[in-house]
Amino acid sequence: MTTLSDALRERILVLDGAMGTMIQRHSLDEAGYRGDRFADWTQDVQGNNDLLTLTQPDIIREIHGQYFDAGSDIVETNTFSATTIAQADYGMQDLAFELNKTSAELAREVADDRSTADKPRFVLGAIGPTNRTASISPDVNDPGKRNVTFDELVETYTEAANGLIEGGVDGLLIETIFDTLNAKAAIFACRRALRARDSNLPLLISGTITDASGRTLSGQTTEAFYNAVAHAQPLAIGLNCALGPDALRQYVAEMSRIASQHVLAYPNAGLPNEFGEYDLAPDEMAEFVGEWADAGLVNLVGGCCGSTPEHIGAIADAVAGKAPRTAPERPEAMRLSGLEPFTLAA
Amino acid sequence: MSTANFVNVGERTNVTGSARFRRLIKDGDYPTALDVARDQVESGAQIIDVNMDEGMLESAEAMRTFLNLIAGEPDIARVPIMIDSSKWSVIEAGLKCIQGKGIVNSISLKEGEEQFLEQARACLDYGAAVVVMAFDEVGQADTADRKFEICQRAYKILTEQVGFDANDIIFDPNIFAVATGIDEHNNYAVDFIEATKRIRTELPGCHVSGGLSNVSFSFRGNEPVRRAMHSVFLYHAIKAGMDMGIVNAGQLDIYDDIDAELRDAVEDVILNRRDDATERLLDMAERFKGDGKALEKKQDLAWREWPVTKRLEHALVNGIDTYAVDDTEEARQEADKPLHVIEGPLMDGMNVVGDLFGAGKMFLPQVVKSARVMKKAVAHLIPYIEEEKEEADRGQSNGVIIMATVKGDVHDIGKNIVGVVLQCNNFEVIDLGVMVPAQKILDEAEKHNADIIGLSGLITPSLDEMVFVASEMKRRGMNQPLLIGGATTSRAHTAVKISPAIDTPVMWVKDASRAVPVAARFVGEDTRKVLAAELEDEYEKVRERHANKRKETFLSLTDARANKPDIDWDSYQPPQPNKPGITVFDDVDIATLRETIDWTPFFISWEMKGRYPDILNDPNKGKEARKLFDDAQAMLDTIIDEHWLTAKGVAGLFPAHSIGDDIEVLDDDRSKTQHVLRNLRQQSEHRKGVPHHCLGDFVAPKDSGKQDWVGGFAVTAGIGLKERVEQFKADNDDYNAILLEALADRLAESFAEWLHKQVRTDLWGYIDDEGLDNADLIAEKYQGIRPAPGYPACPEHTEKDTLWELLDVEQNAGISLTESRAMWPGAAVSGWYFSHPDSRYFVVGRINREQVEDYAERKGWTVKEAEKWLAPNLGYEPES
Repeated sequence: MTTLSDALRERILVLDGAMGTMIQRHSLDEAGYRGDRFADWTQDVQGNNDLLTLTQPDIIREIHGQYFDAGSDIVETNTFSATTIAQADYGMQDLAFELNKTSAELAREVADDRSTADKPRFVLGAIGPTNRTASISPDVNDPGKRNVTFDELVETYTEAANGLIEGGVDGLLIETIFDTLNAKAAIFACRRALRARDSNLPLLISGTITDASGRTLSGQTTEAFYNAVAHAQPLAIGLNCALGPDALRQYVAEMSRIASQHVLAYPNAGLPNEFGEYDLAPDEMAEFVGEWADAGLVNLVGGCCGSTPEHIGAIADAVAGKAPRTAPERPEAMRLSGLEPFTLAA
Repeated sequence: MSTANFVNVGERTNVTGSARFRRLIKDGDYPTALDVARDQVESGAQIIDVNMDEGMLESAEAMRTFLNLIAGEPDIARVPIMIDSSKWSVIEAGLKCIQGKGIVNSISLKEGEEQFLEQARACLDYGAAVVVMAFDEVGQADTADRKFEICQRAYKILTEQVGFDANDIIFDPNIFAVATGIDEHNNYAVDFIEATKRIRTELPGCHVSGGLSNVSFSFRGNEPVRRAMHSVFLYHAIKAGMDMGIVNAGQLDIYDDIDAELRDAVEDVILNRRDDATERLLDMAERFKGDGKALEKKQDLAWREWPVTKRLEHALVNGIDTYAVDDTEEARQEADKPLHVIEGPLMDGMNVVGDLFGAGKMFLPQVVKSARVMKKAVAHLIPYIEEEKEEADRGQSNGVIIMATVKGDVHDIGKNIVGVVLQCNNFEVIDLGVMVPAQKILDEAEKHNADIIGLSGLITPSLDEMVFVASEMKRRGMNQPLLIGGATTSRAHTAVKISPAIDTPVMWVKDASRAVPVAARFVGEDTRKVLAAELEDEYEKVRERHANKRKETFLSLTDARANKPDIDWDSYQPPQPNKPGITVFDDVDIATLRETIDWTPFFISWEMKGRYPDILNDPNKGKEARKLFDDAQAMLDTIIDEHWLTAKGVAGLFPAHSIGDDIEVLDDDRSKTQHVLRNLRQQSEHRKGVPHHCLGDFVAPKDSGKQDWVGGFAVTAGIGLKERVEQFKADNDDYNAILLEALADRLAESFAEWLHKQVRTDLWGYIDDEGLDNADLIAEKYQGIRPAPGYPACPEHTEKDTLWELLDVEQNAGISLTESRAMWPGAAVSGWYFSHPDSRYFVVGRINREQVEDYAERKGWTVKEAEKWLAPNLGYEPES
């Protein structure tokens, strides 16, 4: 059987696009989000997209299917916010494990359905950043203060990872990393969860460069970020979200220059316009991503906020038949980082 | 990014190595402890070692606190951290706080393989490189053989069993003290150097490190000898392959610079070349004893040694005005003519500033400080230039710009900033100040043969005044392009109203950084034509869009009134004030107002966008934001200590009831109407269920029979402001002038917030103790509102006249109104008070002719007058 790792060696793989954008098309109201099971829930749950795995599984199944049909090799589970920390906003922290496991099973079912020998389909377990930051203070008068600790993050990520692994994913994607310390807690949790199961499922890692400063929200440059998470020995590493493909390119190029693993990238469909909508058209977005493939920058591409099956279809066409990136030879060295990288030659 | 062959790990943030740092941590003085870390990074440490191992300390907690604080200091956090402790629990606490990839210092085989394995795996899971001490179950290795054997064993376990990348392993083969007088110690340095050689050759990928200061331990108190020992030891150890060290960079000499005699004697000791090496060095040591500390901290002023042109550039870029006059004088003496100093080094320096600002590498407060240096330098030169009967040649500047805040308006912070930035870019700026009538602006423009005219304004009536200035220009046949800026101005207003009034190009500039490229294009003959054509295109589109927008649908006034918020007056008991009538606040303590300042708008006024307090930790602009914040705090201290500003205010609470949209203010026994507040009602179509608001809805209607009240207030923190600002300007210190104005604005806002709280909890007293903190206040989480005439809920400015009469504001608070109803001094806030729990802020937005006519009748105005004052709210094109 072809594994994700095998497939990545052969060609550029295509990830799916935005889940939230597609869910919005269904214009669900509060009742729609609640379904029967949570009809009497004491808090409002509208907007809790991860919950739809339980209450509207057909919608989620349909969206996964739409992405596969558009040309995705891989879909991500509907679990971006399915952590105890993020779900606590809805009082649903106790559902975290179930959300992850069920979401993985659901995506697995759709993937297996469409898998063929030439075109195997994969599922990545999405692990989002949570809505708290482990290395930024919420209060300037107390810069040492934190609203979440590493240990709390490890606990929440362990539960998510266990659910995803039991649900049958092909790998774990720690994504939209705006605070690298959160990601390091996720890596810590995933490594230990996998070791406990004696599993060798791959980790994939995707950071977020927040703006033109070229840094993550927590202040790291691309290379500093890479150095800080490379111990995860990821199958692929790269960047997603926050920027459109035009602005993201230079950072993808930087990642491509330094990463000894596969490089992934899934930008937003442009930047939000004044109505909060993303308006980069599918063919425009595909033109950018296609150029990345021509330049040999990427192994795994897709779309983040605002992207749709139409975007993914155009991207799949744009990268079809193009050679995947080969990792550069880099001199042996100890590569450390603070906010900036530091290299000590071997 | 940097690649190194030898890494210097800073050791001053180590409680076991630095008495000062230990004392700071024990005293809990973390701010100063952070300065120690910052100094270390600034003086070149590529990695900083943090150690909190001290018996009296809660070490894990101290480690966590210090590392979390470092995370908020981008200029420290840029380098990797070495977490140094002999206790694993402290190391783990540290690992949980660093987002980068750091180094654990250290683990070892001291407690056996099992524990070593467990800790090594954890280091890998946390993502850290690791220092391994040459220490095993038997003890610390002293000979070269033992050192190598232990390291080899650890290497195998790490690479083969744990899966460590060999590059992430650093061995510390123990540096021990030499020249102790004990013969067994004499070969310690040699043992280290030899072990290092073997480790680096036979264990590929790994690194070797050591704590340098140990080696010279027996010469404590003799810094010159210690420095020489460190340098000599390092020189040989580095050659053997040592590539990392815990080294205080200030405690090193350059090997070749060491006195030859001393170096030889030290070398004998380090390399164990003679039996009497120790005695000989001891004998010599006294002679070399002396002040070994002179080198520290000197670097900051190194630039003072540079050539004068370089010094001027450095001073301009870094905004240091201390030496501006001296350096300028020196440059003048070197130059043929004083003017050449301006055209040469000063302009060159400002060009660097301009480039850096343009590239986003400098922020506005820095640029304003640069301008201060420039102005001081130029002021020094002017008398010499005049002495030479040399006119400052206008042909040299990029162009002359006349700037003014238009008649009736007093706000000028933004205009001053634009002026400074333009000056930095070699425009000659003639600033006419505030409340400048059109005729004066245009007369001055003609007199100075201006290339561009810039108009600024903050309140809505200024928009009309700008249209008037434009039409006057057209009438007088003037052809300068216009720059438009200020808070209420917009691209839409410029396109729809100002541009059609005049034939020359009009450009709206959003903020100061946009002003320069626009001004530059306006002065060039060709670029101006291109820009004019671009603008016309753009404005045409804006006008089209605007015309479409006008097709907004309105409810009839009757329907809008019928859809007012549903307030149940029958079951409502209006709160009766504790202190009705007028209360004057004569001299409110600025120190009190300072506590509740909302800082986010302060940063916005400096074009540094971002939410306070987050902006202080922003990796990109945090450093500059903090500098600005520190300057602001220092100025606030002075404002308070030297009584620069006086804060005065007045509040009043009056019996009232509503009649329709209006509110009648009654006399004490509610028998007579004294004043009427005229209000406007939302009229544009709403979603179903959303009411059409009007301030009148929040006061009990006359026919409800309820005894309700309405309040008003006016406050200023700007008494004394004008004189100080003028003084700063006279001293060529725009930076402090703008800073002071911005702070006075903030203090006035804070005053309004503070006073509102007094009213809620005491004067009106409808809430007991709110228990809200400053963040809640800024977020307006309290009951009741204080809308200001001229702002969205009551957008018509002349209502301030009523407020002024009610409270006798001029007498009681020293604030007057201009003809456009701007408040003077500008650092002032006024408004109405409503206490009803359902009262809320809203935007009246556009209204139709029906309501304008109705309003005109209520105010006793002609429709035309009403249309003038309601211009921004008109939902239709008035007949001209």
